[in-house]
Amino acid sequence: MGHESPAGDLRLTNLTKRFGVLTAVDDLDLTVPQGSFFALLGASGCGKTTTLRMIAGLEAPTSGQVLLGDRDIARLRPYQRPVNTVFQSYALFPHLDVAENVAFGLRRRGIRNVDDQVRRMLALVQLDGSGRRRPAQLSGGQQQRVALARALVNHPRVLLLDEPLGALDLKLRRQMQIELRRIQNEVGITFVHVTHDQEEAMTMADTVAVMNAGRIEQLGAPADLYEFPATAFVANFLGQSNLLAAEAAGPAGADVPVTAHGARFSLPVGRARSDRGAVYLGVRPEKLHLAGSADQVPDGHQHVDGVVTDASYVGVSTQYLIRTGWGSELVAFAANSGLGQRFPVGAPVAAHWDPRHAFLLPREPGPTDDRPDRPAARRAGEGAVANAPRHLLRRVVRPAKRRGAA
Amino acid sequence: MTALAPVPAPSGQAAEAPPPPRRGRHRLLPYLLLLPGAAWLGVFFAAPMLQLGAASLYDPGGSLSTGYVLTWAFGNYPAAVQAYWPQFARAFGYAGIALVLALLTGYPLAYAIAQKAGRWKNLLLVCVVAPMFTSFLVRTLAWKTILSDNGALVGLLRDVHLLGPDGRLLATPVAVVLGLTYNFLPFLVLPLYASLERLDRRLLEAAGDLYASGVQTFRRVTLPLSMPGLTAGTLLFFIPATGDYINAELLGTPNEYMIGNVIDSAFLVRLDYPQGAALSFLLMAAILALVFGYLRRAGTEEVPR
Repeated sequence: MGHESPAGDLRLTNLTKRFGVLTAVDDLDLTVPQGSFFALLGASGCGKTTTLRMIAGLEAPTSGQVLLGDRDIARLRPYQRPVNTVFQSYALFPHLDVAENVAFGLRRRGIRNVDDQVRRMLALVQLDGSGRRRPAQLSGGQQQRVALARALVNHPRVLLLDEPLGALDLKLRRQMQIELRRIQNEVGITFVHVTHDQEEAMTMADTVAVMNAGRIEQLGAPADLYEFPATAFVANFLGQSNLLAAEAAGPAGADVPVTAHGARFSLPVGRARSDRGAVYLGVRPEKLHLAGSADQVPDGHQHVDGVVTDASYVGVSTQYLIRTGWGSELVAFAANSGLGQRFPVGAPVAAHWDPRHAFLLPREPGPTDDRPDRPAARRAGEGAVANAPRHLLRRVVRPAKRRGAA
Repeated sequence: MTALAPVPAPSGQAAEAPPPPRRGRHRLLPYLLLLPGAAWLGVFFAAPMLQLGAASLYDPGGSLSTGYVLTWAFGNYPAAVQAYWPQFARAFGYAGIALVLALLTGYPLAYAIAQKAGRWKNLLLVCVVAPMFTSFLVRTLAWKTILSDNGALVGLLRDVHLLGPDGRLLATPVAVVLGLTYNFLPFLVLPLYASLERLDRRLLEAAGDLYASGVQTFRRVTLPLSMPGLTAGTLLFFIPATGDYINAELLGTPNEYMIGNVIDSAFLVRLDYPQGAALSFLLMAAILALVFGYLRRAGTEEVPR
């Protein structure tokens, strides 16, 4: 559909931005379907904010196009674009009251009777009656709503959100996530949301694009991205993954057999992003189960023997670290449902998984280190890039064209 | 002390806590701190003001040699206005024109230094302040050279026929206004700079994002947010410029004399103390009236940040 110039889709084609020698956004192709809630997810410095600023007109692209429908808006001034932004810092005008902040865009476009629209918009963001207050008198969450109302009141074709919830505390953030979804459903405007918080992206967006080093690593529905990541970067940026360095020798029937650290495993062809040569065999920690010994492993599951080196009880689950025979560590989350067995530190275990839950990712040939994720990297979002080896940062996967406007 | 102060003991248990013994001294402390400044102002400002006020009501018939008598001669005021209203008008007129010129040069200058200068910012600020390192008189005398009939500037203006063959700048109102503009420009630029320096660039981006063109962004965001600096700078420029007499004296002729020159001569040449004092008070009253009127309109309301 993406190629039939749909009326209101936002399309970025070959979009590139260089700052001196640094390439912030590298030949980006992306289609955001009209009316969708789209998240650009990535660590800081991955080019996601630069992409957003190019759509808004606050940054001029080095090359490429920003198409809204059929119109290239890449060279228009910000005030000529039917696009509005909710800034990370909110950027509310301190000398104007809330109502005048919201009315700002309407007034600049010469609209006379703004009171009704402003009142309705303030009601939409649940700030009725706060019109006469100054931004400085509002809490962070309220300021965020004003910023949202100020952008939405203009009925832009696309609303850009630049980490709009970053400054809020956790509870408020959750509340605003739900709120934003509700408002998006209500107004039906295309939302492009930039964030480094993978959980935020997954809970809010229809489509998530994971950005890394100026390119899109993978794009798709949150569940698809999580269940079947395309690259090691995505596998570790979106949640955690156990990645075993392995070698594959092409499919055999419906399965792809792989060898990792001398042991043989296999998984369905449909779970392999790469089926030949150097690969990573990946299993999500919550899909890695523990058994007391190899003969307790259910039929059809595959397993790795190891020893529990750490068990952290976190309430809903227990997070185990398991040292394998070849010395690397696996992470397993066991739900504290009261059904499973608990394992103390030092206990020998068999870590097993259903091959249909595993996935196979391409790997640069070379060092055969496994890539167990570090919990810290998952939390901060920032750490994932710092931990990723250079060869991963350079990996190029561009599924955007392929997918078009799904 | 802080450990004892905060929690007010519930009544009845007060006996337990020792009564704060230094409370009295505590209360006096602000006044003690105020004392040196207040004494200074009292001796060097309030007392001379009273003296000047009294002098303005002396019998106008007296003189330094025969002595003055305080006769509550309120007639000194209307007499002074009648005699010197053109100099009054000139003072406000010249200072007003100079203010406009200073705003036209100073605002862009302050904006450029605050928002666009990057690493040159400090150097440019030093350049703005540097003239202050020499005396006011020397600077004004330097302008005498710049504007002189044989100078390059006049020569150039004659060549392009902006001035006639006998045209001159020195000893004209133009010279006085230019001198005022130059001499007081830093007082306008520095407060403006301070305001514009704190201006958040992201607000300008937000305005652009919300359909404001460059001009609209300036009118609706930059200008209102620089109002505190603009107000302060305008006052700091206008008040001394109105009372100035050096520029008119050195760059003008008696035809350009402002009220400052008249007061100067009343005290130092003509020795007409009652008239000089009355003119001083009138000037002060006029400036105060203007300032209050201006602040009313411009608003001193703090811009919340």
